[in-house]
Amino acid sequence: MTSPTAEIRLEVRRQDGPGARARWEEFLVPGTPGMNVISCLRWIQANPVDSGGRPTTPVAWDCNCLEEVCGACSMLINGRARQACTALVDELQQPVRLEPLSKFPLVRVLVVDRAVLFEHLKRILGWISIDGLHDVGPGPRVPEKQRRFGYRLSGCMTCGSCVEACPQVSARTRFMGPAALAQAVYFNLSPLGRIDAEERLEAVMGEGGISQCANAQNCDNACPRGVPLTTAIARLNRATSWHLVREWLAR
Amino acid sequence: MRTANILVIGGGLAGQMAALAAAEQNCRVDVLSLVPLRRSHSVCAQGGINAAANPKAQGDGPWVHFEDTIRGGDYLANQGPVKRMCEAAPGIVRLLDRMGAAFHRTPEGFLDFRLFDGSKHRRTAYAGATTGQQILYALDEQVRRYEAAGMIRKFEGWEFLSAALDGNGSCRGAVAVDLASGEVRAFPAGAVVVATGGLGALFGRSTNSLLNTGAAAGALYGQGAIYANGEFIQVHPTAIPGPDKMRLISGSALAEGARIWVPRNGKRWYFLEEKFPAYGNLVARDLAVREIHDVCCRQGLGVGGELKVYLDLTELPKDVLEVKLAGLVQLYRRFMREDPAVVPMKVSPAVHYSMGGLWIDPQQMTSIPGLFAAGECEYQYHGANRLGGNSLLSCLHGGMVAGRSAGAWADGAHGDAGAGLQAEVVRQEAWLGSVASMQGRENPFRLHEELGRAMTEQVTVVRTNAGLDAALEKIQELKERWDDIAVCDPAKGTNQSASFVRQLHHMLELAHVIALGARLREESRGSHYKVDFPERDDRFLKTTLARFTPDGPRIEYGEVDLQFLAPRPRTDEEAGP
Repeated sequence: MTSPTAEIRLEVRRQDGPGARARWEEFLVPGTPGMNVISCLRWIQANPVDSGGRPTTPVAWDCNCLEEVCGACSMLINGRARQACTALVDELQQPVRLEPLSKFPLVRVLVVDRAVLFEHLKRILGWISIDGLHDVGPGPRVPEKQRRFGYRLSGCMTCGSCVEACPQVSARTRFMGPAALAQAVYFNLSPLGRIDAEERLEAVMGEGGISQCANAQNCDNACPRGVPLTTAIARLNRATSWHLVREWLAR
Repeated sequence: MRTANILVIGGGLAGQMAALAAAEQNCRVDVLSLVPLRRSHSVCAQGGINAAANPKAQGDGPWVHFEDTIRGGDYLANQGPVKRMCEAAPGIVRLLDRMGAAFHRTPEGFLDFRLFDGSKHRRTAYAGATTGQQILYALDEQVRRYEAAGMIRKFEGWEFLSAALDGNGSCRGAVAVDLASGEVRAFPAGAVVVATGGLGALFGRSTNSLLNTGAAAGALYGQGAIYANGEFIQVHPTAIPGPDKMRLISGSALAEGARIWVPRNGKRWYFLEEKFPAYGNLVARDLAVREIHDVCCRQGLGVGGELKVYLDLTELPKDVLEVKLAGLVQLYRRFMREDPAVVPMKVSPAVHYSMGGLWIDPQQMTSIPGLFAAGECEYQYHGANRLGGNSLLSCLHGGMVAGRSAGAWADGAHGDAGAGLQAEVVRQEAWLGSVASMQGRENPFRLHEELGRAMTEQVTVVRTNAGLDAALEKIQELKERWDDIAVCDPAKGTNQSASFVRQLHHMLELAHVIALGARLREESRGSHYKVDFPERDDRFLKTTLARFTPDGPRIEYGEVDLQFLAPRPRTDEEAGP
């Protein structure tokens, strides 16, 4: 812990484009009470000078809501994937080391392209197939207890922290990662979402699906919103097993 | 499939609903957004969505909801569109329910509704204190379904630059830049819907997300779109002040029974409950904020001598804190490192919402033919002050109307607009180039700080003509200094500094509109409170209409639609609505 007004030492891994050379750049930022990593980056943006007083270009990074609900500001902070908005500087070891997430294509400095996360949501049919926008009456009744579990799953902000933390996610395995699997569970729980349940199970049993999970359980700790990822994956495992049995019996 | 194609700018609730409504009419739809749709600012909405659909709320109905909305807005909202919105609300909530939004339920599984500020009826459907997130995701999932079917295309990471107008001044598409590569291109369309949200960044720190700069609306205003009621800016009574932003603590806390107090003579003074016995802490936001301001600033009773009060949740049951207020309680714990279950929260008022926006007609079309607007960037539904729980509703209802209107309009839009589009691309490339090469002495981020300070000090809770004159002078000065900015990053792609400099240009134009509108409105109404003119004066029961000129906004006044409800003075009995 440091005093909140002391100077903050920040190291940023800089790579200005996919092919560019990576280097570390150090910054000194005046601390203010309650400061988070985003505030440091915004200070650098307004004062783009490194710790040696040399002018440089601002650090590029993604952020938006600053309330840990939009999922934009994921980065590696002291080696751990998390949201920069809730990374309060006086709780961090210094120098604070910032790196881009490593499992997504780099765009610039701390900005990465996480489009693949949304592609996975397509693969698992991450929607409810309603008939249209017209008012045909209410949705089905859902017991409040069941809703509460669904609500925990639907808090997933697709930030990519669990994917970054999962040792199974790599270019080789093409594993879709915990978030998308948990969303499959979410939709299969919903009384209307269940319409597509079998297709969803088939999707997660395909390449890069649930069979790639090696139960490392890093995801639960990595999730900033406490989405019960391993619980969901365990449920999904049971559901896919039953699905196989049913398929076999139906042959 | 129809040949008509619709371009939607903005991927929050309003934009997504417009996209779905247009796609459902078999239009081809392109959605352009600065961020992946799921990260839009709608995700931050906490409290809930209003719909008079609760069988338990005796005496409530769409008409009562309508009355609350009109009175809460101090009669400045157009009554026809507001009435249609309130009538559509129950159907919209049922639709969200079918989409799977994780609304809180009664134990037997029906939708549950909570009280919310500005009303006496339990009318607000909610999902913990993350209702916006749940509803945004529900729509995002439907958009993804259309995307997978090839009916909606998404352009995420693109920034809107300008509308492409044809020789008749009609909108035939838009020009935008791909932020990652710097590529500028035209998006031809039979009709365009802008749904680009609010403008909290004009005030420096606000409850808004960082991308809520109002830049798109400002650019369109610069192209001739009329901007209406800009001076009406809602300040929310309760937010956690931080060095980077004001984090909203929504009215849902008050709705669940939290109480606001300050210490006075060694005792707790529940000043809102004392002053507004009928509504107590759930009094309309503008009245609550002015009272907090008065207690803290004039009477000097703010917590720690600052503009801060206690928001006390310590007496609420654990279940309410952890389920009904989930999200909000965690937010406070995370950023303040104190437990609201044990210690009263310390909160301050913060700029939250713009009631004003692009002028639209009842079909949501702006003053530029073929250009529609929905959500916070338009002015239609909230008058002089927005009711809690009505923003999500106005986004969804307005988006639905805009999407359908745009589809119908596009059917009639024929002829080649190619030359106009290309000319606009050339113009925008030149503008980007000139901004990128700015090598002056000013720092854009410091200019922004100065703008935020002037706007917050002079153009928020308590306004005076002298203060507004000072703000106008400051805005003029900043406009001149903008020309002397230095852009210190030469990169073509992912150049956030150059992007911000462009946005700042449009922000200054909108700031001018807001401050001038406030200066000329010599009365107090809703969120606009002027010490020199403390009473409502119905000679000003008029819509402020601002048009761009190179010398600053030209302000005129238009009639308000008062067809159902005649104006009455606001009394405490109806202090909320």
